[in-house]
Amino acid sequence: MQPLKKMSGPRVCLSYSIIMKKLVAFAALLVVVLSKGDFHGHQVFRIVPKDDAQLALVRVLEDILDLELDFWRWVTPVDVRVPSHSLQVVKSYLENHRIKYFTMIKDLQALLDEEQRQMKSVASAGNSDSFDYTNYHTLSEIYSFQDMLVAENPKLVSKMVIGQSYEGRLLNVLKFSTGGSNRPAIWIDTGIHAREWVSPASGIVFAKKIVTEYGTDSALTEILNKMDIFLEMVVNPDGYHFTHTDNRMWRKNRKQNRDSRCVGVDLNRNWNAGFGGHGSSNNPCSEIYRGTRAHSEPEVKSIVNFVKSHGNIKAFISIHSYSQMLLFPYGYTKKPAKDQDELDQVAQKAITDLASLYGTSYRYGSIITTIYQSSGGSIDWTYNQGIKYSYTFELRDTGHFGFILPANQIVPTANETWLALKVIMDHTFKNPY
Amino acid sequence: MGLRRAIVLVALMEVTWSLNVTTVGPKTVSTDASAHPEPAEENTEQKEAATAEEDVMATGELNPNHYPAQRAAKVVQHYLNTRYGSPYKLFGLKQVHSGNAEEVADSGRKYQLEISVHEIISNTQEKCSAEVFFPSGAKQLSPQVQVSACEEILKLDAKSEDEALYQQYKTNKTVRTEERLPDSHGHIDPEMTPFWHLSIVASSFIMLKESTENTLYNVAQVANITQLATENEQLKFDCHVLLHDMVSQEIPQWKLLFTWSPAEGVKVLHTEQLPHIHEREKQAKPN
Repeated sequence: MQPLKKMSGPRVCLSYSIIMKKLVAFAALLVVVLSKGDFHGHQVFRIVPKDDAQLALVRVLEDILDLELDFWRWVTPVDVRVPSHSLQVVKSYLENHRIKYFTMIKDLQALLDEEQRQMKSVASAGNSDSFDYTNYHTLSEIYSFQDMLVAENPKLVSKMVIGQSYEGRLLNVLKFSTGGSNRPAIWIDTGIHAREWVSPASGIVFAKKIVTEYGTDSALTEILNKMDIFLEMVVNPDGYHFTHTDNRMWRKNRKQNRDSRCVGVDLNRNWNAGFGGHGSSNNPCSEIYRGTRAHSEPEVKSIVNFVKSHGNIKAFISIHSYSQMLLFPYGYTKKPAKDQDELDQVAQKAITDLASLYGTSYRYGSIITTIYQSSGGSIDWTYNQGIKYSYTFELRDTGHFGFILPANQIVPTANETWLALKVIMDHTFKNPY
Repeated sequence: MGLRRAIVLVALMEVTWSLNVTTVGPKTVSTDASAHPEPAEENTEQKEAATAEEDVMATGELNPNHYPAQRAAKVVQHYLNTRYGSPYKLFGLKQVHSGNAEEVADSGRKYQLEISVHEIISNTQEKCSAEVFFPSGAKQLSPQVQVSACEEILKLDAKSEDEALYQQYKTNKTVRTEERLPDSHGHIDPEMTPFWHLSIVASSFIMLKESTENTLYNVAQVANITQLATENEQLKFDCHVLLHDMVSQEIPQWKLLFTWSPAEGVKVLHTEQLPHIHEREKQAKPN
């Protein structure tokens, strides 16, 4: 770990998040004033003169009008906005006089744009009608959305906490129910693999669809009058958060593995179905590391506990990306599921309905034949628990964008997938067991 | 530059204040962020996935929707991009119609495929026949590909766009990215899109070479691309790409040095795989 370099002068805590907050605060102050300007390439320097003589030298720059400098702070440390045409000259001047400085903001316009974007997304999160479904959201925005939806639909939606992640985040599940007691239920989860952003993004759309279509779509209304729907939008909140702050390509959870410097367990190799077999790894550094034992991960264990204690789940659907596939058990063995024919037929109908919207073509079949052998997967476990309609979706696309699917494809993806989900839910409803 | 602005320009001194806020990553917690990759582990993950697959390789008539035919077909996509790809011409695999696999005594396995290939930019499709041979043996040799019956799509004319881009960047402009292509949200500046495509084409040389029956490669993201000076007619680039192997789920990272011109296409001069990043997460910081 690199030590922070010692500075002369007052000690300043420079952890990234604090700096970012300060920068955003600066920008917030200036948004109104500067909103008409164009600050592409403008930088903000923080200058730290070591004595009055150096400070005087810095102040000289203020008088050179051609530089068009804009001083934000005149006492040490001196903050000044430097337009791009003056950068070279100012830098040379400071360096020549051995005056310490650093670039606090590398591109002011970019920061202002980001600030605008953030403000817009926070402001519009007032209710679920103005929520921006066409963009990817942070974990806290998703959790806020959940609370909003519950507040707006108290008779239909409630939130349950089924456990805590490795880093202590709450594992929230939305329950959509019109009453009854322990009704047969459908489970949908999104966001088990952190980098598959279109999955939780679609989960948000599904949630809104349920509350919108109850009462307007006859099929969905019939289902909800007799069954409950459970939706866990972010199965892996630690991983999801990490893809925002550190590594967009992170997949696993954030478990600190013992005796390894590699972090994370693949939550879809940690289930007790063929656990430890081919198609998962015992190497903590692997993207498909299975964990120390089945259900070792709190994110998995909490769902296991929920499913077992509920006892009346009839369909279990897990949403991933990418590949455009609809898959059913098994992944860990070539032995066909005993309901293979029925699962196959339902899958065919589901992907046909999916394609009806935009022509998006999906392949379908068992995991092990269609994509690869994988052990310890969730739907293999749920199927072996007796949940017949166990399916995994791999959403758009087929590799051109892959995990970084453009945000403008979120809603089309969610909408077409919703049609497929309804086929599965409808079949489950009409074929009780 | 006015006289007033001509404050003494001395040779640049080292910036003494090295607290580069913009590059400091978020709090690196207690995890041992030792920067030493373990070379021994580099391909272990992929090998493990491979061992698992050996017993499920099919022979004879293949189900076109199952992975053996799909993986072989993906190799054809990479091949086509290396041969015919350009900033304005990029191929994708649309569909596998049929496939057949056979052992070739002691030397490998050969696939015969009927596929539909998709030119992404013009959004056109064509059926092609292809043969993919995966050599066996301890030394990992790259697959060999032959394609027939899809001349139309390969002849698709992107010449004027390619030429215009080439002229612009030969004489006038230079590309050097600050952002990843695309960014975390899948967004890409339209001006950068041809360079994203070019990086995919260059990466296809690697993906082709590295492909086996136990891999399925796509380009996950371009970390950066920089144009370098040349003395000849080619444009020259240095890029850093993140690949994704669907089977192992790993994100191998590669640096490439390549040239391009409309006349010569993409030629890769040098490739280097970067060590597997475990906790040195800063390299993969999103933006």
